[in-house]
Amino acid sequence: MNQTWDVTVSVNGAPVQATVPVRQSLADFLRHTLELTGTHVGCEHGVCGACTVLLDGRSVRSCLTLAVQANGHSITTIEGLAGDAELGPLQQAFMDQHALQCGFCTPGMLATLTEFLREHPAPTEHEVRLAISGNLCRCTGYENIVRAALQAAPALYASGTQGGVPGASE
Amino acid sequence: MKPSPFAYHAPTTLAETLDLLADLDDAKLLAGGQSLMPMMNFRYVAPEHLIDLNQVAGLDRIELGEKYVRLGAMVRQRSLLTHDALNACCPLFREALEWVGHIATRNRGTLGGSLSHLDPAAELPVVCMALNAEVEIASSEGQRTVQATQWPVAYMLPNIDEHELLIGIRFARPDTSFGARTGMAFSEFARRHGDFALAAVAIVVALDDDDTVTHASVALGGVDDVPLRLSAAEELLIGRRADAGVVTTAARAALELPGFEDVHASATYRRKVAMTLLERTLSTALMRARESQT
Amino acid sequence: MSSSWIGKSVKRLEDPALLTGRGQFVDDIHIPGTLHAAFVRSPHAHARIANIDKSGALSFAGVHAVYTFEDLPDALTARPLPELQPNSLMRAAVMPFALARDEVCHVGAPVAVVLADDRYIAEDALEHIVVDYEVLPAAVDVFDAAEPGAATAHAHLDDNLAADIRIGYGDADAAFMNPHLIIDERFVQHRGTAHPIECRAVQAQFDELTDTMRLWANTQTPHLYKAAYADLMDVPEQNVMVIAPDVGGGFGPKVMLYPEQLVVPACALLTGRPVKWTEDRREHFITATMERDQHWRGELAVDADGTIRGLRAEMLHDMGAHAMWGIVTPWISCTTVPGPYVLPSYQMHCRVVMTNKVAVTPVRGAGRPQAAYFIERLLDRAADALGLGRDEIRRRNYVQPEQMPYEVGLIFRDGRPVVYDTGDYPELARLALEKSDWAGFRERQRAARAEGRYLGIGVASYIEATGLGPFEGTSVHVLPSGRVAVHTGAAPQGQGHQTMLAQVVADALGARLEDITVKTSDTVTIPRGVGTFASRITPNASPAAHEAGLSVKTKIRKVASHMLEAAEEDLEVEDGRVFIRGVREHGKTFAEIAKFANALPGFALPKGLDPVLQDTVYFAPEQATYPCGTHVAEVEVDPALGAVRILRYVTAHDCGTIINPVSVEAQVMGGVAHGVGNALLERMVYDDAGQPLTVNFGEYLLPSAPEVPCVEQTHMESPTPLNPLGAKGAGEGGTIPAIAVIVSAIEDALAPFDVQINDVPVTPDRLLALIDESTEESH
Repeated sequence: MNQTWDVTVSVNGAPVQATVPVRQSLADFLRHTLELTGTHVGCEHGVCGACTVLLDGRSVRSCLTLAVQANGHSITTIEGLAGDAELGPLQQAFMDQHALQCGFCTPGMLATLTEFLREHPAPTEHEVRLAISGNLCRCTGYENIVRAALQAAPALYASGTQGGVPGASE
Repeated sequence: MKPSPFAYHAPTTLAETLDLLADLDDAKLLAGGQSLMPMMNFRYVAPEHLIDLNQVAGLDRIELGEKYVRLGAMVRQRSLLTHDALNACCPLFREALEWVGHIATRNRGTLGGSLSHLDPAAELPVVCMALNAEVEIASSEGQRTVQATQWPVAYMLPNIDEHELLIGIRFARPDTSFGARTGMAFSEFARRHGDFALAAVAIVVALDDDDTVTHASVALGGVDDVPLRLSAAEELLIGRRADAGVVTTAARAALELPGFEDVHASATYRRKVAMTLLERTLSTALMRARESQT
Repeated sequence: MSSSWIGKSVKRLEDPALLTGRGQFVDDIHIPGTLHAAFVRSPHAHARIANIDKSGALSFAGVHAVYTFEDLPDALTARPLPELQPNSLMRAAVMPFALARDEVCHVGAPVAVVLADDRYIAEDALEHIVVDYEVLPAAVDVFDAAEPGAATAHAHLDDNLAADIRIGYGDADAAFMNPHLIIDERFVQHRGTAHPIECRAVQAQFDELTDTMRLWANTQTPHLYKAAYADLMDVPEQNVMVIAPDVGGGFGPKVMLYPEQLVVPACALLTGRPVKWTEDRREHFITATMERDQHWRGELAVDADGTIRGLRAEMLHDMGAHAMWGIVTPWISCTTVPGPYVLPSYQMHCRVVMTNKVAVTPVRGAGRPQAAYFIERLLDRAADALGLGRDEIRRRNYVQPEQMPYEVGLIFRDGRPVVYDTGDYPELARLALEKSDWAGFRERQRAARAEGRYLGIGVASYIEATGLGPFEGTSVHVLPSGRVAVHTGAAPQGQGHQTMLAQVVADALGARLEDITVKTSDTVTIPRGVGTFASRITPNASPAAHEAGLSVKTKIRKVASHMLEAAEEDLEVEDGRVFIRGVREHGKTFAEIAKFANALPGFALPKGLDPVLQDTVYFAPEQATYPCGTHVAEVEVDPALGAVRILRYVTAHDCGTIINPVSVEAQVMGGVAHGVGNALLERMVYDDAGQPLTVNFGEYLLPSAPEVPCVEQTHMESPTPLNPLGAKGAGEGGTIPAIAVIVSAIEDALAPFDVQINDVPVTPDRLLALIDESTEESH
């Protein structure tokens, strides 16, 4: 009994059609079917946040989302964050502030902060800490991630107000 | 940590969903998936059928009436947190939701999912109990309601049949039901931000012009193996002028609870922290009630 | 003269790939035809395997094989995993077999392996393998396990004592003759583990054509893995290739050689297919090695003025079931106790006890946080008893800079005497105390108390033996393109070794930073290596890089001298060019020089020139080097909830010459965060049967951003004479005093309740219980 389902998903702006096993997680679909291995899997129970991606512009745990649930939606992963640029403003801020060490939690941090900063032009340090409280990092002690978020906030907010959060309702 | 095989169903209407529920045995409902999917990944839960509610039309509405508020089961936690009109009439949601998980889990997690999973320390069941909400339940046989206070039956066991569907909750608008001098407050203590509470308290109190308590709902989570209303505290409050002494006495009622123990805290600890939070939160709610005098 | 790269905060060369999803971690490798492994694991802490029925799993569509002990290659059934840290002091050193032979000794021990088309199917099949276990009595509580007649962790042993260590120096008995004060205390540090966000993973591919086993593993020690595999399987080392690609954190447990690292290649041999195993978090909780888990008791004798006279101590170390890293951790603990203080006499009796739990091996700090906690808390107690400031008692006992090099009187785990090389301990303390406004704290505390708030402050100092041998190597090769290829035995997991080594090579060689590519963690590129642990890469691999860079520069000069027809001593090398001093425009680029040296096919090379502008240097340190520092923490405690908030955290730190300041600061920040977890959150709990009760991230809590403070840092640089760069290593110092300083501050905040905190982590529940006990006693 390994049921499959046909899905059409927009991944980093490109349409993807695939037949997925219904029990496959969105994380495994991205990593193993599409070979977009920038999304990382750290705990598979929704706590570490490494697998966080954007679904219609909103951060979700791709380990707790089934691939089939992405049908008809748009997904943005770390591979799609910079658009045509080498690095987007948040990625550049991470580099400037030395906000990553091993880089394993980084894709989830970037996804979470991309959503958060698009809606918060001038967050406080505490607000940034709360925003990433669902993303565990064992290397950095978080301080430089917070600094990077504060550095990137104006640019991210501007990008959010220009294009809005794609697909986000309310 | 991959789930066992299951048959996947993605109904788009309520009727279709209820038919599936009636027909299928060993089916689980997938709402936001923030509790069910981890349990399936661990294979603690391995249903034969998974019915995905995310495409069912009409379950995600927030309806603010003159007297009542109705919230659909698939309203996301994020919406409860950010909905300004809802929080203008019932700020308990925003106050509680800030403690619930994290941005990404709130984006998916739903009201109905929290109520159905019924973790004893989850915030939303406590809020619903404090609001005297009614839980609306549908099945292919028809609809029924259950008082939120009657919703928990036992540890993580809600008052619903496996062929039924929680479709939403309804509660009287607290800002208009109890008079102008109504105060609400929520607080909790958890080991880290976003964790399940070691104790959580939701309060709705109303005062008359003499500062006598006319209504008191005191709901607790995380203390016992189910969320509960602390009627002993409510009885102490109603009909009295709520000075500091009364607040302290009412809070002490938490010490009489049996308490619940896990790797994070003992029953003794939970009782004491419930008492402390109750005293602090009740004081806040009373202050807000006094300040809301028009 | 170009400015030096050493000492500059260089943006990391590692980052662009990791920031755009182009990193390559083991699980990112997709080799067509790969089979996916999943393991049947023991559900019992101690049991004998009576029978395994795998027929149910084999009938699953998509399942290719199920292997148990009997199916493994002979090399893996003839002997267990190799002991990587043998030590003559060990009475018993039990290592596991790659798959359980007949006995399982901890929950999670691998019993059988399934190979399937994907991990989903492999996990389906696991449920259909039936193992009959005869449950045996388990050694769980370390005190019980240490008693005569206790249930033994291994059926063939008579007791659980793995090692009985007695070390010390000086005349302790004399020290305890009529001292002014004896502090007698017990302390416990519970068990926890590293939890890198990436779990373990192995991919194996056997290439029949070249008879080569290719292994990708997220190990901290690829060369060790290669050597152990080759030795165990009795194949030539050059037929084994190990690559640790990007590794998602390590912190110690990824140093070890685990059973899965042998089973996965064995499966590749048995099936003729590539095989991958990616550990999931549930497995990591029950298989990755752990740490702390020590029970200490000590008597500290002090004079009336706070001068330490001596210390008598005993410690029970729970090593778990297997001798995965020998007695390294307890040995480091025992030898770190004197810390930055003059301790005139010291006696330690440490018993290393086996239990039916996952092995204890180093986790960030490696036994030092426990030792620092022990001595620092004893000093706190002594200060309180004497009415001295916690800062003052330390000031009166620090080893003074003029005493350097300071020989403690112990033998360290590298077999050499513990000799502190450089550092100004009193000055570091002064800097930390000043920056934290220690002097103004009592006033802050008084003002807060008036508002009903409880503030506390703590101070702790530490030393850390880093840069352990035996050696590390770096090769530098100037290619005909002019680019510089650097290879090293270092195997990083985020420390930024590539950037750091590029800085060192740029300076030594006179190359441009952007021309340097550093490759790590690949056994093909450098024949020997040791690995990344014990904060050992900066003090070992970078001196090697420095010397290799200088050596290649000499070769370059020789060739350039021939090309430019100038004497070598008249040449300068800078920014990838060699030119005649004072005639900057008259020169040759590295590319021109390397092409010349490489010569045209068939042409003769001028006499005396080295055709390959390459050298590999292995740097072997004489002994460990000693970073040091002082931390100060200020906390607020809500005594009604047992809630702790860290308000400020200040460090003064000295790791010798700093190569990349932002990297060093980041190491300190991360280390402190780990200490916050150890102090407040992280505890692996077991029931009486040895069943772990904290097996997910909702039960075992890692620090998240709101719990971790900003770390305000000051650095001194006291270069070590032990290597040409003077660098000491910075990976673990942040963690070592953090537990002590946080707990000290909490205790200070709760002074009105007269609470004494001896066990860590100190949870809200525990804190409230201590307050209640203390309140009840006083009634």
